[in-house]
Amino acid sequence: MHMDPGDATRPALIRMLGVAKSYRTAEGEVESLQPLEFDIREGEFLSIVGPSGCGKSTLLKLVGGLLPATRGSIEIAGKRVEGPAGSIGIVFQNHVLLAWRTVLENIMLQIEVRKLPHGRGIEHARELVEMVGLKGFENKYPWQLSGGMQQRASICRALVHDPAILLMDEPFGALDAMTREKMNLELQRIWSAAKKTVLLITHSIPEAIFLSDRVLVMSERPGSIAGIYDVPLPRPRTLAMMGGVEFGALAQTIRAHFYAQGSLDA
Amino acid sequence: MSTVHLWPRRVVESQLARPLILIVLIFVLWDLVIRVFKIPPYLIPAPWDVARMLVAEWPRLWRESLFTGYATLGGFGLSILFGIPIAMLIAYSRLVESYVYPLLVFSQSVPKIAIAPLFVVWFGFGIFPKVISAFLLGFFPVVVATVMGFKSMETEMIDLARSMRASRLQMFLKFSLPQALPSIFSGLKVSATLAVVGAVVGEFVGSNSGIGYVLQIANGNFDLPLMFAALFVLSMMGVILFAIVDVVEKMMIPWHQSRRADVMTVTA
Repeated sequence: MHMDPGDATRPALIRMLGVAKSYRTAEGEVESLQPLEFDIREGEFLSIVGPSGCGKSTLLKLVGGLLPATRGSIEIAGKRVEGPAGSIGIVFQNHVLLAWRTVLENIMLQIEVRKLPHGRGIEHARELVEMVGLKGFENKYPWQLSGGMQQRASICRALVHDPAILLMDEPFGALDAMTREKMNLELQRIWSAAKKTVLLITHSIPEAIFLSDRVLVMSERPGSIAGIYDVPLPRPRTLAMMGGVEFGALAQTIRAHFYAQGSLDA
Repeated sequence: MSTVHLWPRRVVESQLARPLILIVLIFVLWDLVIRVFKIPPYLIPAPWDVARMLVAEWPRLWRESLFTGYATLGGFGLSILFGIPIAMLIAYSRLVESYVYPLLVFSQSVPKIAIAPLFVVWFGFGIFPKVISAFLLGFFPVVVATVMGFKSMETEMIDLARSMRASRLQMFLKFSLPQALPSIFSGLKVSATLAVVGAVVGEFVGSNSGIGYVLQIANGNFDLPLMFAALFVLSMMGVILFAIVDVVEKMMIPWHQSRRADVMTVTA
C-alpha cells in the first residue's frame, strides 16, 4: 500500500537548493529558471506543469545532470549533482529508441553502456517487458511498434538498471488522447510496482493530477514556483475519478494559475 | 473475367526484369529512330552494330576494362580510406571544419579534366595518376555524406547517451556510427559511379590502356560502334560497383527505412 501522499515524514530524496539557470545569448544573459527551492520526497510522484518555455524541461535536465546549474545546486540523497547520476533513468519526449536495435536490445543498451552484469540485466529487462505488456515484442524493431508501445519500451529502458529516480519529460506528449489515458493507467501501475521516485514534466493538468502525489505549478519564463498542490485522491486511481468533484476542483485551481498568467484563453 | 498476360506477372514485377525491359524498349526505340529518320551510321550507330562490336571486341574490351576497374577500385578504396576519417574530424571538430571544409569545397570546384594532364607530368603514365583521378572524384561525396551522417544525431539521443554515462568511445560505437551508416552508404553509392568517371578521365589524358584509352582511339577513328560498345562496358562497371555497395549496405543496415518494404507494422 502506498503511503499518504501528504506524508511529509518521508525523507527528501532530491533537494533543489536555490538552483537557477540562465543562458548566454547574443542579447546577453537570459534567465530561464529563477532560483528554486523545494524537495522531492523518497517514493513520491511529483509532476511539474507550466506553460511552454517556462523552463520545466530545463529543470529536468538539471536534475538529470545533463545541464550545469548557473547558481545554486541540486542534491540527490545528500550528494551534489555534478553530472549524470547512476541512480537515474530518463524517459524523453520522443522514445529515442535506436532503430538498429530490437526492443530487448534497446532496453539492454542501458546495461551495456553502464557495464552492469548482463545476466541480471536481461532478467530484469524481461520482467519489465512483461510488466508493461510488451511480451512477444522483444525481438521487434522500434518502427514495427505503435507510438504507445515505443514509449513503453523506452520506459523499460529507463528502469532496467533499477534506478531510484525516474525522470520523465512530457513522455506522452506525442501520443493521441486515447493512448495517453491508457499510458497514464500503465504508468500508475508501473510506479506502484517499481516504487520509484518520479519527476514528471507534463503539459496536461489532468495527467498531472491523476498520477501525482503533488503537483508543482510553474510560472511563465523565467520559471518560478507558482504553487504546489497535494493531490488527496486515494490510490489506485481510476479514470472515472477524473470526472469527480475533488478532481475537477483541483484542476480548476491549477488552471486558474494559467488564466492569471494569460497563457490560456478563457 | 480473366485477363491474359503476355508475361507472367511475377517476371514483370521482379527487380531485375524491370530495368532489362526498359533497356529492350530503348533498343527498339533507338533502332526505330535510326530507320525512320534515316540517320547515317557515322552519326549514330545502329544497336545491332554496337552489339556485334561488343561481341567481336569482347576479349579486348574485357582486358582494357580490367585496367579501368583496378584504377576505379583503387580510387574508390582511397575515397573510403581518407574520406570517412576526414569527415569524422570535420564532424567532431569545429576547428577542423572551419579550416578544412571550405578548402574541400574549393578543391571540388576545380574541373578534374583540366588538372588530369598535370598528374601525368607528376606521376607518369602508370595506373597511379588514374587512381588519383578516380579518388579525387569519388572522395567528395563520401566526405559530405559522412559529415551529414555524424552531425544528424538528435540532441535527445545525445542526452540519452549522456544520461547512461556513455564514454566517448561508447558514444561513437553504439550511437553515432550506426546512426551515420545509412548516410555514409548513400555517399558511397554516388562515389562508386563517380570513381568510374574519374578513372576514365585519367585514361583520357595519358594512357595506352583502359576503356578511356579505347574511347579515345574509337573517337579518333570515327569508330562509333566501338565507342558505344566501350561506353556500355563502362556503364556496366558503374552498375556492378553500385550493386556491390548496395549488397553490402543491405547486410550492414537491414534495419533502415529504405529496407522495410516487406515488413508489417503492428498496432496495440
